[in-house]
Amino acid sequence: MSEELTQRVISVIATAQKLPLERITIDSTFEELGIDSLDGVNILFALENEFNINIPDDKVEGVRSVRQMVESLEKVVSGEEPPAAAAQT
Amino acid sequence: MGARRVVITGVGVISALGLDARQFWQTLAAGRSGIGLIQAVDPGLLRFSNGAEVRDFDPARHFEPKELDLLDRFAQLGMVAAREAVRDAALEWSAALRERTAIVTGNCNGGQTTEDEGFVDLYRKNRSRVNPMTIPRTMGNAAASRISVEFGITGPSYTISTACASSTHALGQAFWLVRHGLAELAVTGGSEAPFSLGNLKAWEAMRVVSPDTCRPFSKDRRGMILGEGAAMLVLEPLEAALARGAHVYAEIVGFGMSADAHHITQPSVEGPARAMRAALEDARIQPDQVGYINAHGTGTLANDPTETKAIRLVFGAHTERIAVSSTKSMHGHSLGASGAIEAVATALALERALLPPTANFTEPDPACDLDVVPNAARPAQVDYALSNSFAFGGLNAVVALRRWQ
Repeated sequence: MSEELTQRVISVIATAQKLPLERITIDSTFEELGIDSLDGVNILFALENEFNINIPDDKVEGVRSVRQMVESLEKVVSGEEPPAAAAQT
Repeated sequence: MGARRVVITGVGVISALGLDARQFWQTLAAGRSGIGLIQAVDPGLLRFSNGAEVRDFDPARHFEPKELDLLDRFAQLGMVAAREAVRDAALEWSAALRERTAIVTGNCNGGQTTEDEGFVDLYRKNRSRVNPMTIPRTMGNAAASRISVEFGITGPSYTISTACASSTHALGQAFWLVRHGLAELAVTGGSEAPFSLGNLKAWEAMRVVSPDTCRPFSKDRRGMILGEGAAMLVLEPLEAALARGAHVYAEIVGFGMSADAHHITQPSVEGPARAMRAALEDARIQPDQVGYINAHGTGTLANDPTETKAIRLVFGAHTERIAVSSTKSMHGHSLGASGAIEAVATALALERALLPPTANFTEPDPACDLDVVPNAARPAQVDYALSNSFAFGGLNAVVALRRWQ
């Protein structure tokens, strides 16, 4: 798991959730951070913008922690998921 | 003036299930879904590709070119449904009746297709001006206003916007206006046309739209499917309807509303349960008199189990004897129009003793353990039915209908 990727994900979550960076670690669960499903949608949007990628729903199903989010994102970023046409508009 | 009994004497529907109420009912009864590949925009630009659009609707067959300048698609659909409902009710207009007739419509998005076109002109085509009719076309009350002008209706007229519950709130308000003598007649319902690229991208970002189809209460449900359309109903006091020999589809007996005071998108159990109870109380009926519920049933992961719990909370052991179906599986979720569309489905189900199914159903979900009338309509004579609508923002509306013999 890339440390740089992890830090960028944590930074995006902190900004989206209006939380201080130091509140969030790789081991934080979404429940601990007060992230509900609507917050999750916001975070995915912010991550898509941060990494300029398209994150399909089925790649993040069941993600409930920062670690799971980083792991899912690693797969998407590593090119397993080519960006959809939608990302160009 | 005391409370009067109120009946439905005219219906009009335009939806993915056809261009009039007759086609709507035939398709519902056959359990056929109107969901298909989106035509209005290039689905390659979206994460989802299916919708429940109104097909083969030619506005030029219904409106003069000059009229069309003023009407966004949502208002066109609303007007077409209103014409059908008024024609169906075989009303004889008089100046006095026009003055005592109310119009209450529901709508969520207004003329957002027109707005979207204006934004394309400004931001993409770098034009410096937009269509001067943008404001009258986009206002949410455009359909209500057009209905008023066309029929010369001069009584209380307004539009209610409560997202996915808009037209159930509208129907309930119209019902109360007629019941309590504030109007002698009402034209009520809702319309919606959400298929513009800007709006579809907004739904995409919410991540609640299904990548395939709408499977309410099914274990493998993946989300909602957006729909467009309109339904309008004519309501009048029972006595007036009988006196003029009008055809009665069903009686409206109760209306209940509530707010969750909870979350902007997550549904609650308590709020919908209170709205259902309020509708039963308003109707002065007991839970065990209800035989059918047309569910809100969006097919999202969150709604269906929550609605199941709410129904169980209200109906207890009687839940086992209630048929619950979501016709959104066929006509999609047309937001501000869906409550009215489903109220018509419910009225026709009572009248024709045939309960429309939940289509696209594949696998039971223990979290949605209701009798959901899977895939095939069911002959059943039911005396009382509810039609549920629960909006984003936690605003709930439920109407109770009674079979007319």
